[in-house]
Amino acid sequence: MSLAKIWVFVEIAGGKPAPVALELLTRARSLASTVEAVAFAPDAAQAAVDLGAHGATTLYAGTDPLWADLLLGGPAADALATLIEEHKPDLVLFGMTYNSRDVAGRLAAKLGVPVIANGLDLSSEDGVAVQSSVFGATLDVTTRFESSGPAIAIIRPKSFPAEPTGGGPATVSPVTAPIDEKHRAARVTDRVADVAAGPKLEEASIVISGGRGLGDPKNFELLDQLASVLGNAAVGASRAVVDAGWVPYAMQVGQTGKTVKPAVYLAFGISGAMQHTVGMKGAKAIVAVNRDENAPIFKLADLGVVGDALKVLPALVEELQRRRS
Amino acid sequence: MKVVVCVKQIPDPNTTGQLDPTTHLLKRDGVEVVLDPGDEFGVEAGLQLVEAHGGEVTVVSMGPERGLDAVRKALAMGAGKGVLISDDGLRGSDALTTARVLAAAIRREGFDLVITATESTDGYTGVVPQMIAELLDVPAVTFAKTVEVDGTTLKVKRQTEAGFDLVEASLPAVVSVTAGVNEPRYPSLKGIMGAKSKPLDRVTPGDLGLDGAGGRTAGQSITSVEPAPQRAAGSIVKDDGEGYKKIVEFLAEKKVI
Repeated sequence: MSLAKIWVFVEIAGGKPAPVALELLTRARSLASTVEAVAFAPDAAQAAVDLGAHGATTLYAGTDPLWADLLLGGPAADALATLIEEHKPDLVLFGMTYNSRDVAGRLAAKLGVPVIANGLDLSSEDGVAVQSSVFGATLDVTTRFESSGPAIAIIRPKSFPAEPTGGGPATVSPVTAPIDEKHRAARVTDRVADVAAGPKLEEASIVISGGRGLGDPKNFELLDQLASVLGNAAVGASRAVVDAGWVPYAMQVGQTGKTVKPAVYLAFGISGAMQHTVGMKGAKAIVAVNRDENAPIFKLADLGVVGDALKVLPALVEELQRRRS
Repeated sequence: MKVVVCVKQIPDPNTTGQLDPTTHLLKRDGVEVVLDPGDEFGVEAGLQLVEAHGGEVTVVSMGPERGLDAVRKALAMGAGKGVLISDDGLRGSDALTTARVLAAAIRREGFDLVITATESTDGYTGVVPQMIAELLDVPAVTFAKTVEVDGTTLKVKRQTEAGFDLVEASLPAVVSVTAGVNEPRYPSLKGIMGAKSKPLDRVTPGDLGLDGAGGRTAGQSITSVEPAPQRAAGSIVKDDGEGYKKIVEFLAEKKVI
């Protein structure tokens, strides 16, 4: 059974839609006869071309300049609730990102409907169902919505490819309802971009991650060196070292961090707790280096090296440098 | 300042969780349970704020009887009061039911600031803090890397995809803190002993004016649980000093060098 209407909530940065929105639109096309997008940002209308090319026929766009300064969650949930009342989508999709989770959570509480998070796929036979994986991706679980009102699902980025249809721009439908005064109580006073060299963790074709086995935060420099000699590589981390304050949360790969699907994933000194593997088991190839031959990471690895990451890493960097010169 | 910290007792994250094959609820019997490691950062953040500005930390938890251990650990770390909401009808509660119960307990306690982790380590929907904020009708500043309070203003460095935002919100508010935001203290022996005499409220949803809305009324149901497909085993070698060469060969084979 096909759904009548799916909405995709779109975050906008610099007039561009977040990549996950295009992934969600692509998947939504095969589940519903009408797919539409909703975005709140002063420059949201600029995204109509990209969103239309990925299947959105309409873009509901709130373009009040105030959107640039507010925390998205509260006001976006308010605006969405009003729009949903009027247009009645069957399903509203969100990417599993910092801001979209805020919006989805507040919206679900406002409407009194359940939300299913961490989705990896969707189906629409016999109602809307979301597939997710639990316990370190050892189990695949399907959850079906049973309440009336829109189903709200939060899907992890990279769950689907983004494929354009070649369609024209989405028709922009302005959202003109004023933003409630109370939402001015929380404001973004500055936005700071981390000056990380190289590609983003989610976009790099090689991801190199470190864990407790590196022994000391300063040994993450070895991973940086490896990333720079490999090129198109980004450095990630296990939860253990993020919790210990060695590296920032933004570098965490895993259940509570980022999901990566690189061509090659290299894990140094990571035991392979379920919390971590859920974020990287989708890699095309996995290399693991760990002192403990019984470490669970070796069950996933295409190549496992039982040994000290601190011995292997410098030799590896040196060899790659030699080959390059 | 009145700070309420939400905590959760979860199955030890170092063990593989299991679902009961018929009820699809989390198996809790015979599983070690611990205070969610993510929540320790929230408790620590609350303690640091009241140490700097005065006031008290109250910990609120929803869960079975054994959830008392999580509350006691937070009390041992330095929180002043604990509240545990338990009821058989709450088993299998979804995020929204959890948020409704926690919000009702928080409202009853009164608050200037509610602190949570960004998500629980076992369920990890990551939407309960936002839902609590919506139900309490206050701002939610989520994914905080740092938390400061200046008068009645909350100042947070908030994690973003690109870096971080500086966010200011007027209290009362909800803030969710990321792992690594501080270094959670270990309960001292004195703290552990003192925790036993601290007030600990045991309440039911009925006490909070809620009509026992739990798992069975949540508008979603698990329809299937299947083992995930496993990756095929690869080759494992011992590092004899030349393990790095195997990696280079592998990378060359995968055409990434």
